[in-house]
Amino acid sequence: MIGAEFVALSLPPLLIGTFAAIACALPGNFLVLRRQALIGDAISHVVLPGIVVAFLVTGRIGTWPMMLGAAGAALIAVGLIELIRRLGRVDAGAAMGVTFTAMFAGGVLLLEQSDTSSVHLDVQHALYGNLESLIWLEAAGWESLLDPVALASLPPELTRITVTLVAVVAFIRLLWRPLKISTFDEGFARAQGVPATILGLALVVTAASAAVAAFDAVGSIIVIAMFICPPAAARLMTERLETQIWWSVAFACLSAVLGYVLAGYGPLWLGGQNSVSAAGMIATVSGMILAATALFAPHRKAS
Amino acid sequence: MLRDALLLQMGYNATLVALGAASLGVAAGATGTFLFLRKRSLVSDAISHATLPGIGLAFLVMVALGGDGRWLPGLLAGSALSALAGLLCVTWLTRHTRLAEDAAIGAVLSVFFGAGIVILTVIQTLSSGRQAGLETFLLGSTAGMLFSDALTLAIGGALVLALALLLRRPMIQVAFDPGYAETAGTSVSRTDFLTMALVMAITVVGLKIVGLIMIVALLIIPAVTARFWTNRAEYVVALAGLFGGLAGYVGAAISATAPALPTGPIIVLIGFALFVVSLLVAPGRGVLAAGLRYRRFQRRVHLRQGLISLAQGQPVYERMTRRLLLREGFLRADNVITEEGRARAAKVLRDETRWQEVRRSDSLAPLAMQDNGMTDIASVLTADQLAEIDRRIGGPKRVTA
Repeated sequence: MIGAEFVALSLPPLLIGTFAAIACALPGNFLVLRRQALIGDAISHVVLPGIVVAFLVTGRIGTWPMMLGAAGAALIAVGLIELIRRLGRVDAGAAMGVTFTAMFAGGVLLLEQSDTSSVHLDVQHALYGNLESLIWLEAAGWESLLDPVALASLPPELTRITVTLVAVVAFIRLLWRPLKISTFDEGFARAQGVPATILGLALVVTAASAAVAAFDAVGSIIVIAMFICPPAAARLMTERLETQIWWSVAFACLSAVLGYVLAGYGPLWLGGQNSVSAAGMIATVSGMILAATALFAPHRKAS
Repeated sequence: MLRDALLLQMGYNATLVALGAASLGVAAGATGTFLFLRKRSLVSDAISHATLPGIGLAFLVMVALGGDGRWLPGLLAGSALSALAGLLCVTWLTRHTRLAEDAAIGAVLSVFFGAGIVILTVIQTLSSGRQAGLETFLLGSTAGMLFSDALTLAIGGALVLALALLLRRPMIQVAFDPGYAETAGTSVSRTDFLTMALVMAITVVGLKIVGLIMIVALLIIPAVTARFWTNRAEYVVALAGLFGGLAGYVGAAISATAPALPTGPIIVLIGFALFVVSLLVAPGRGVLAAGLRYRRFQRRVHLRQGLISLAQGQPVYERMTRRLLLREGFLRADNVITEEGRARAAKVLRDETRWQEVRRSDSLAPLAMQDNGMTDIASVLTADQLAEIDRRIGGPKRVTA
């Protein structure tokens, strides 16, 4: 298992899955505490119309148009939710439900209307990605990690998700204090001069970028699971935000690695021949972790 | 073409689909209203995503028993069971841990959906010959809808609708005031569960036609739309049913006119269009009505302030105030107050004096709290009270300015 084949076939997806999980779990901590957990759900549904529109405008499947399209759709969705909430005096949940289902429906319709048969763009792919196919063809073994020629052929998704992860970490690290204060006591934060509204929007934008980058590699289902499950499980482990963040990162890594391994090798151990969906398995493992913490974690009850 | 479709002239299948979608829309719209009034619309999202593993498991079980695996009632039974499991998980997580409901919803929907996808990939590798086509449950499909499918939709929808109407009293009571409902002898947890069970039934019935992602739209959008038009819960339920049915029927009809118009998304988008129109033009809660109300109020304030200034002999420079005064004929173009303006200004001043007297009075002072600066005094005081106030402040005075 640990050899040239591992480096070429399993290392890139493992890294991409883990990085995507962490990049989503980090902003997820704040979303869960702010009772905005379902923003992640809404964002991951509207990514589809964003990508389809980007494809229709540019006529090709490029990284940047797709990322921009998805990020734009996420922003439009957040704006629409807020608009419907304010103008229509509708509660946040219903406003979200109206927005993301309608945008998702629009995406599916556009997809059916346009000729996308020549390119790989379909709803299934959008929902559960294709983590298993992100392989590193040039890798000959561990020594390839030091070989610039081989490194150049690493899946581009890995670079993108790494950059996104660094950006997310930087955002949280730099704005740690204001983020923390405004999450727990928005009124106090405002009194301290923290622009809480802008900060809240920045958090959503960060979450959206993480969602879009992760979506590109692993599909939207992991994105929702990683926004919510590791932070929720971590919330049940501790009363301190710092500790909660570390727990969530640990849970995210565990879900990604264990999920990938179980999806790839689990069926073989059980006598099957084919692997199952890694994205689905990672989400399932994160659910198992949440279930375990909900049953046994030290701070599972409200104190 | 579209007219033919709307008049059910597009052939047997299109007619079935339109009628089936309409009955699904009515039932989903009416049922979703209770969820919306309870402010728990997104629980339906968790329920619908949680159906997926049940569909896959039911398929596997039926294949293991030597069956076809695609037998619809079996698949729907499986989906109902796993939706129930998902619903119980949401309830348990919310009640027994410190997690808020939104986190519980998100966790359940993503984990169940992920597990469902794992099971779907297992099915794909198990029997490539018997391609299950279970993916159609994701986005729904009306192609090759049978008479029995339409019948299932109609009967299932009618049953759920009847149950919802039967249970509407406790459900509305719990939605508006759970504390009162509990003391009045209505069990909140049981009523909530019943509401969810109805939503679950609608989800299962609608899975095949609009798919599990967009059934959520049929549950939420009509209810939100209907809320714009009325403040009475029963009317919201009825209107939501109407809007849902309309979206289902028109959506299905439009989708029948061309091959690349998938039914589910079109139905959702018709529902969304109805929502946007209602958001804009509904009387009372609509954006347009609110804008007009604001404008009317703004005019009244300007006019009143302008009259007070004129009555006190001060010139009016503010442009909007001047324009309004001119238009009403209270002011001449050379900034001289007209006779009519004098009369009106006297009345405004007099009302102001009356209010001041009311505030000074021991017995009437509490009523003065109702004055927001624009309140008509005759709407607050009775004729007798008004006469008493007038006796104290003396007769009307002429504005001299």
